[in-house]
Amino acid sequence: MVKNVEDVVIQMLCRMLIPLMQVYSLYVFAHGHGSPGGGFQGGCIMAAAFIVMVIAYDLNEAKRRFREKALLIFCCLGVFIYAGTGWAVLLLGSNFLDYSFLSKVLPADPVKARYYGMAMIELGVQITVMAIMLSIFLDLVTKGEHEKALEE
Amino acid sequence: MKKLPAFIAIIITGILLIYGAEDFPKWSDPNQPASLHVSPRYIEKTVEETAVPNMVTSILADYRGYDTMFETTVIFTAGIVVMMLLRRPKKW
Repeated sequence: MVKNVEDVVIQMLCRMLIPLMQVYSLYVFAHGHGSPGGGFQGGCIMAAAFIVMVIAYDLNEAKRRFREKALLIFCCLGVFIYAGTGWAVLLLGSNFLDYSFLSKVLPADPVKARYYGMAMIELGVQITVMAIMLSIFLDLVTKGEHEKALEE
Repeated sequence: MKKLPAFIAIIITGILLIYGAEDFPKWSDPNQPASLHVSPRYIEKTVEETAVPNMVTSILADYRGYDTMFETTVIFTAGIVVMMLLRRPKKW
């Protein structure tokens, strides 16, 4: 069970660590195109930032910043963005996930449109992975009863 | 003694797996089947076909776009199932 342990050292350290992790997660996501990284890794780091928050403060603090309903919406939103990019290309008259046809709607040449298309699907992956990781963690660590977790 | 059949089954499965792994190509063998057909195609054509500087990204997001999409869907499904099995909400 997740107990409310108030430790000044851990809390101050996490107060510095969490923004760093979130920015680093966005860096990993944004540079996934040209270097190691991408949506899966970035999403895991972003979820880890919230998990650190649960460890340093308590469950309600993390849930206050990221409500459970929003978590569920984000899970679905990521898959929707990924599949929606594929369908958008399909509706523009090319094969599924052939990003160069996005240049018809984006102000970019086909090469740049590929870049934007890949960034879009990586964004979808990032959102889904982040929300799912956090939701699995919250469910496992409290045995599914978030409300009772702090009482014991 | 209940566990004896399971133990024997594990031993036999392990022996079969090791026996099967004997026929695998060696690590970093340039003549293994995977290196002869698909990899040279990707190495030669990645930049002109996908205009991506990183070959890993071109395979992940372009050649194997379906694969990555359903990987995401698998993670999504796993999370939803964990939520359905474990979560006992009073209110959301």
